[in-house]
Amino acid sequence: MEHAGVDASGHWGRYGGRFVPEALTAALDQLDAAYRAALADPGFAAELADLHAHYTGRPSPLTEVRRFAEHAGGARVLLKREDLNHTGSHKINNVLGQALLTRRMGKTRVIAETGAGQHGVATATAAALFGLSCTVYMGREDTRRQALNVARMRLLGAEVVAVEHGSQTLKDAINEAMRDWVASVDSTHYVLGTVTGPAPFPELVRHFQEVVGREARAQVLELAGRLPDAVAACVGGGSNAIGLFSGFLADASVRLHGYEAGGLGIASGKHAARFSGGRPGVLHGARTYVLQDEYGQTRPSHSVSAGLDYPGVGPEHALLHDTGRASYEPVDDAEAMAAFELLCRTEGIIPAIESAHALAGALRLGRELGPDGLVLVSLSGRGDKDVATAAQWFGLATDSPATDSPATDSPDPDSPDLESPDTA
Amino acid sequence: MSGLREVFARARAEDRAVLVAYLPAGYPSVDGAIAAFTAMVAAGVDVVEVGVPYSDPVMDGTAIQEAAGAALAAGVTMPDVLRTVEAVAATGAPTLVMSYWNPIEQYGPDAFARDLAARGGSGVITPDLTPEEAGEWIAATDAHGVDRVFLVALSSTPTRLATVTAATTGFVYAASVMGVTGVRAQVSAGAPDLVARTRAVTDLPVAVGLGVSDAAQAAAVAGYADGVIVGSAFVRRLLGAPDPAAGVAAVRELAAELAAGVRRS
Repeated sequence: MEHAGVDASGHWGRYGGRFVPEALTAALDQLDAAYRAALADPGFAAELADLHAHYTGRPSPLTEVRRFAEHAGGARVLLKREDLNHTGSHKINNVLGQALLTRRMGKTRVIAETGAGQHGVATATAAALFGLSCTVYMGREDTRRQALNVARMRLLGAEVVAVEHGSQTLKDAINEAMRDWVASVDSTHYVLGTVTGPAPFPELVRHFQEVVGREARAQVLELAGRLPDAVAACVGGGSNAIGLFSGFLADASVRLHGYEAGGLGIASGKHAARFSGGRPGVLHGARTYVLQDEYGQTRPSHSVSAGLDYPGVGPEHALLHDTGRASYEPVDDAEAMAAFELLCRTEGIIPAIESAHALAGALRLGRELGPDGLVLVSLSGRGDKDVATAAQWFGLATDSPATDSPATDSPDPDSPDLESPDTA
Repeated sequence: MSGLREVFARARAEDRAVLVAYLPAGYPSVDGAIAAFTAMVAAGVDVVEVGVPYSDPVMDGTAIQEAAGAALAAGVTMPDVLRTVEAVAATGAPTLVMSYWNPIEQYGPDAFARDLAARGGSGVITPDLTPEEAGEWIAATDAHGVDRVFLVALSSTPTRLATVTAATTGFVYAASVMGVTGVRAQVSAGAPDLVARTRAVTDLPVAVGLGVSDAAQAAAVAGYADGVIVGSAFVRRLLGAPDPAAGVAAVRELAAELAAGVRRS
C-alpha cells in the first residue's frame, strides 16, 4: 500500500510525464530548475511562509461542525477551512508559490486558466501583489456562470479572455492558455492551477498545496487526540485533494476519499467522473485518466460546479486510484447541492459547490463509520461565487420563476428525510 | 530506401526544396479531403501530411481548429484517416500522418504503425510527443518500418536538438515560430539559424513549417531548408471556398504556386 512518489522524469508509475510541443520543453526545464533551486533556498520557504501568515491568513482553522454531523450518522466531522483564505479558496497557496518562482525566473507576465474562477482570482491577486501583468483564460460558458469572479479578476487588473472554442469550459481555457504560452514563453509564466499538466507542474503544485495536509494533520491531532478515520476532498484536477491527502499518505489507518463530479449521473454520460467513466490516456501534457471516446477524443464533461467540470485529473490521483490507496466516487449535482444547503442551514457556512461534493462524501462516510467515526473534510472554497447558481437551483432568486426549479425535490435540511436516500 | 528519402534526394539533385502540404482528414468530407490531396499532388506537392482531427489541438491556430473541428463534428474517426492515407499514398506521394499523441495511444501505438504501413503510409509526425515519452512508439515504428518525425523548435537547446534528431527518422520538422499554426506575414527570422543548428547535429533533411503561405515565402525558405511545409494556407483555401469543387480548385492553384516557389533559386 505504500505510495510511490514522483520519479526523476515526472512520472507516478505510468502516469504523468510531459507530452508537450518541443517549443515548451525549454520553458518547462527552466521552471523545473527554478523550482529545485527554490527548494534548496531557505529564503524562498521563509518568504512563502511570511506570505501565508500575513497575506493569506494561514494557518486556516479547523472547524468541528456538530449540527451538520447530526446528519452524518453521528460521526464527528471536521472542516479544514481553506475557504477562509484570502481570495476564498486553497488556490492562493499554489499561486503565491508560483508567483515567487515567476519573479525568480525574471518573467514579467503570468497567464492562467480558470474554471470556477477561483484560480483566476488568486492569480490576478498575486499578479497585483507582485506587479506582474496577467491574462486569465476562461471558457465562455464559465464566464456566464461565474460572472462575479470575472468582475473580481478585472478589478484586480487582470485581462479576462472568454474562450469560445470547443465546450467553452475549463479544458478549452487550458488549450488557449497553452497556445498563448507557446507564443509568449520568453516573458510569461503559465501559472497552472492544479496538479496536472506536464512535468514539473503536478509535482510543483502538490508541493505548494502540502501546507493544507501538514496543518490539518497537526490540528486534528490537537483537537481530537487522534488521526481521522477518513479524509474527504472534492477532485477536479485534484489540487486541494492532493494537498490534504499528502498529510496522511503515510498513515495507513487513514482512508483517503476523493469525490468527483457525478453531474446528472454516470448513466447519463453528463458528468466529470474520470475514474468511473474514463480510462488512461493523455490530455494537457500528462498521462492520466481521461473522459474520452474509443478514438481518444476528449469527451465533454458536465457538472453544476465549474471547478470540477474537467475531463482529466492529476496523474498522482491516477496512481492512488490504481493502487487503491485512495478511492474515488462520483457525487451527482443533486446530492452535492443537498449537502451545500445542509451546511448553509446547519452551520452558517456557504461552501463552494465544488467543496459541497466533499461534504456529500463526508455524509456518506459518517453514516458508514457511525458515532465513533472521525471524518476530516477539505472545505476548499467559499460559496460567494456560487450564490447566483445556488439561488437558481433552489428557486430563491426573486426575479426568476421557481416552477422549473429542482428545489421542489430538495428536502428540508433539518428533516430526517434528507438521510433516507443513502441510509435506507 | 523509403519514398520519403527518394523524394528528398531527388529534390536535392534538382537543387530545390521539397514541398510538403498538410490538410486535416475529413474536411469538407472524407472524400472531399482525398480529392483535395490528390489535386495537390497533381499540382506539384511532393509529400503529404494527413492531419488527424483532435478535440484539444493546443498547437493549432484558428484555421486548422475550424476545419478539424468540423471534421470531428461530422464523425470523422481514425479509420477514416487511414482510408484517406491509403487513397493519397496511391498517388505515389509519400504520405505521413500528423497526429496529437492521444489518438495514437488509444488506437495502440503498435497497431497504428502496423495499420499505417499496411495502407501505404510512410511516417507519422507527432507534435506533442517528445523522445523522452516515446519508448513504445520508437519500438512500434521500428518494427513496422514507419518513419517517426519529431519537431525541433526555436527554443531547443543544442543538447535537445541532438536528442530529438537522434530519435527522428525521415526528416526533421523545424517549427519556425514560437506559436501555433497559422498564416503569417513573415516567416520567422530565427528559422535559418534553427535549420543551421539542426544540420550541425544531424544528416537528416530539415523541413521548415509554421507560417508559410505563398510562393515568395516558400522560395525564401527553400533557400536554406530541405523542405517547406504548408498547412494553414491550404486549409484557408478550403474554408473560404463556396463549394467543395471550388475548394479543390483553390488548393490546386496554391499548390502550383508553391511548387513554383520551391523551385525558384
